[in-house]
Amino acid sequence: MSRLPDGGMVDRSKALKFRFDGRLYKGLAGDTLASALLANDVRLVGRSFKYHRPRGVLSAGSEEPNALVELGEFAHRLPNTRATTQELFDGLVARSQNRWPSLRFDAMEINDLLAPFLAAGFYYKTFMWPAAFWEKLYEPVIRRAAGLGRLSGQRDPSEYDKAWAHCDLLVIGAGPAGLSAALRAGQSGARVILADEDFVLGGRLVAERQDLGGWTDQVAAELDSMPNVTVMRRTTVTGAYDTGTYGALQRVADHLGHVPQHTPRQTFWRIVARRAVLAGGAVERPIAFPNNDRPGVMLAGAVRAYVKRWAVAPGRQVAVFTNNNDGWKTATDLVAAGVRVTAVVDSRSGVTLPKGPWRGFTGAVIQDTAGRQGLRNVTVRDASGTRRIEADCLAVSGGWNPNVHLTCHMNGRPLWREDIEAFVSASGAIPGLAVAGAAAGAFSTKAALEQGSAVAAEALEDLGLTPVPLDLPEAEDAPVKTSAFWHVPEGRGRAWVDFQNDVTVKDIQIAHAENFRSVEHMKRYTTLGMATDQGKTSNIAGLAILAELAGQTIPDVGTTTFRPPYTPVQLGVLGARAQGNGFAPTRLTPSHAASTARGAPMVEAGLWLRAQWFPQSGETYWRQSCDREVAMVRGAVGICDVTTLGKIDIQGPDAAQFLDRVYSNMMSSLAPGRVRYGLMLREDGFVMDDGTCACLAPGHYVVTTTTGAAGEVMAHLEFCAQCLWPDLDVAMISVTEQWAQFAVAGPMSRAVVNGVVDPEVTDSTFPFLGCGVLTVGGVSGRLFRISFSGEHAYEIAVPAQYGDALYRNLVARAEMLGGGAYGMEALNVMRIEKGLLTHAELHGRTTADDLGLARMVAAKKDCIGKVMSQRPGLHGPEREQLVGLRPVDRTAKLTGGARLTRPGAEPVRTQDEGYLTSVCHSPDLGHMIGLAFLRNGRARLGQTVQAVDFLRDGTTLCEVVAIPFIDPEGEKLRG
Amino acid sequence: MRLTCPLCGVRDIREFTYLGSAKLLERPAGDAGAAVFHDYVHLRDNPAGANRELWYHGMGCCAWLHVVRDTRDHTVLDVRLAQEDPA
Repeated sequence: MSRLPDGGMVDRSKALKFRFDGRLYKGLAGDTLASALLANDVRLVGRSFKYHRPRGVLSAGSEEPNALVELGEFAHRLPNTRATTQELFDGLVARSQNRWPSLRFDAMEINDLLAPFLAAGFYYKTFMWPAAFWEKLYEPVIRRAAGLGRLSGQRDPSEYDKAWAHCDLLVIGAGPAGLSAALRAGQSGARVILADEDFVLGGRLVAERQDLGGWTDQVAAELDSMPNVTVMRRTTVTGAYDTGTYGALQRVADHLGHVPQHTPRQTFWRIVARRAVLAGGAVERPIAFPNNDRPGVMLAGAVRAYVKRWAVAPGRQVAVFTNNNDGWKTATDLVAAGVRVTAVVDSRSGVTLPKGPWRGFTGAVIQDTAGRQGLRNVTVRDASGTRRIEADCLAVSGGWNPNVHLTCHMNGRPLWREDIEAFVSASGAIPGLAVAGAAAGAFSTKAALEQGSAVAAEALEDLGLTPVPLDLPEAEDAPVKTSAFWHVPEGRGRAWVDFQNDVTVKDIQIAHAENFRSVEHMKRYTTLGMATDQGKTSNIAGLAILAELAGQTIPDVGTTTFRPPYTPVQLGVLGARAQGNGFAPTRLTPSHAASTARGAPMVEAGLWLRAQWFPQSGETYWRQSCDREVAMVRGAVGICDVTTLGKIDIQGPDAAQFLDRVYSNMMSSLAPGRVRYGLMLREDGFVMDDGTCACLAPGHYVVTTTTGAAGEVMAHLEFCAQCLWPDLDVAMISVTEQWAQFAVAGPMSRAVVNGVVDPEVTDSTFPFLGCGVLTVGGVSGRLFRISFSGEHAYEIAVPAQYGDALYRNLVARAEMLGGGAYGMEALNVMRIEKGLLTHAELHGRTTADDLGLARMVAAKKDCIGKVMSQRPGLHGPEREQLVGLRPVDRTAKLTGGARLTRPGAEPVRTQDEGYLTSVCHSPDLGHMIGLAFLRNGRARLGQTVQAVDFLRDGTTLCEVVAIPFIDPEGEKLRG
Repeated sequence: MRLTCPLCGVRDIREFTYLGSAKLLERPAGDAGAAVFHDYVHLRDNPAGANRELWYHGMGCCAWLHVVRDTRDHTVLDVRLAQEDPA
């Protein structure tokens, strides 16, 4: 065991059992999976992506490139979980990745021997041809050999959630800068959200020996107790977006062995902040030297963190390799904690190392390392020569990179600061966001505390709040002393820059030599900085090496683009509450209960559910029900719920003039008590929608839209009223849900209607296309004599709450007359027989002339779309025009979507003359009929065309006929 | 992104739908001819900078808004009701 005898933020009274690769281990409450593995002397935790090299823990945070595991089992399995951020819980199960048959003996390690052939560009150059081999052979083999974790392949059973939050000040990161910013803003009365990806607050304060005594805990407790401050632990701010909107991933239950019911595993937050402070700290950078990827080679700050926070010694003999003074702290801290330090190697000449029980080397580098599955020793080279130093852990510090990512999410580019040899955020890159602490290049604790407090004060003043003074504790203020050192130039063996993608210094050299010299090209050619860690530990070193090769400065080479998310976000949480129907409403018609009680199957129409047909005993096939319902309507009377059609109430002194401008046909001549069919065009001249317009009183109209276009037409009418003609005195509102409406159709429809309305209607009080307000079953209702079936028919409307009662009443009355309820299928058959239109025909590419409705574009007035509808090419014989088709062989089938050609023509695109839009079997005619768009169709009545459908029934010869198919004079409508 | 609806206040972008250029406010007279309508319906400027455009607050008050937005960084420079005269 490598657990130190005392110290650490772990609960020694609470042992937690966990399994890694099937073996049982014990950790402590407060551990991460990585600290618990190190405490159990497990140093080999994974295999690298390409070469299958043994790898260990590199870091102690979300930048981890190596220690990725599959967490959980079966459907819950989550690949690529970072062991360094995963909290330990009792019963945790994890497996290492990318190895077979086991982590210790990985057959694919042979790739490491083939490394000379597998450098950057290998795949592009090698697997060029034959092309057919790529999909069948190369890619599957490569995919199997290289990779990260495996998905379970099953549906993720976890719940996820989405949520919104609003605040005055969002503080991102709870290190010294973030804590002082949040504390000052909280004490000043601002609404504050403090978000940190860790499960304890403090940032580096909980990782360094030089902490602030009890200050961190005290501030954390104070923030937790403030009603105006929300502390979000385990929450990573992943992206910065327009107008102060931030994305944040909260791991709600990833640290729990048993997730309570209805608790989401993760929640994705959208935080809207009036001001924000980025206090995201910095990530330490490694140095590239030969064989620098062995388990045991770690970042120096991470080594200090394991010792201080988790009381775990990552090694028994630790060596330190640094290019800066901060790295020295590692040696002094470790010795103070009782860990043996064998050597301190500083790349700088002329510096005086601190005194201690170690061998000191200046102007020296690590030239090689040894130890196949874990570090055993390192080779140090200085002016006097080389020597081997015992070390099972090497703490490496190449300096620190401020976390600039979020400030680049809106096109910002970071700025290079020569004095600290690092990129920092440009100011103002995200409106309303200020950067403080190490993220701003202020690396001392004192500077971080002061900056956090200062930027919070500025933000508060911006918001009109008065910042209270804040007492800050005494803190270290060591200046940054570093000398850039990216890689050890000499020496044999590969020197890794990007551990996760197995990119070495040599790969960057190859990319440069092969002219992939832009940093963006180099990234894509070598894959440096890709995958789950997005190069947090490798990007800057990579471009520094590229700069060196190109003889340029680092700022001249520039960075690649940082994009959201900062750390990986599961698709499951982005799609939270959108699985299945999600939050989409299911809209039920007033007749829904009565219809389902009759066994009617339902079909979706937009968001609505509508009855398809009403099966009766003995009927086993939908056509039996449908044909019976058609015959019932045509012979007696049928009832159908048409509530779903859009209804818009339009009122005002200028309503008639308004309708004239939005409908292609004249509406101002419509008298009260009359209904007219209307056609609306888009401004480009194509048909948008059709419907009816009823004039209930002077200046009061109710217009209907098709079910699917109700929202679109409403927005269009609002556009016309508000944007085009605000001078017209007209107001409108959707009343679709407020009115239940039922069609009563058939020769006996008047008898049914007269059973429920008062006064009774006659042909003279309610002729075809009449409408009016009357009493329906004791409540005020509306009656329209309109027909979508070709029969003598009415639509009767009552306030929605009476819909169910009226529907049941109407159906009962119809049944006494030999009629009954009918559904969508029968409705569709009857409208095709009558050649009436739906959005199968009004699909956005048809003009009024195509539909045979050219006369509906009134000559005497302007309307939306009129001018453009008269353009050449939108009417005339070259257009595809609406016609009827029937099969020459009356027993043949028609299929919707079939393409039309001349008989015998080759069924190819150049022969295409149109297509079938709607087909049905007509019970009245005893064969199939269809509506079709056919080139110059109206002039081709009586001709023969062939309908070609490669997907279904092949070829059918059809006769072109006029529509409607039945009752062309409309005698039944008026009768 | 957020828009300030003059009637409802500051709301998230999801409550709104975008239509296009505010040029649509200037509908030609019915006798202006096809060429003028062609320009009105089809031709648009593509400025790198302030763009006048129309948004619909369909999940709020159903107001059509005349928004001036900087296309380079989505800064919203002005929002008013489309039925008002432009500034």
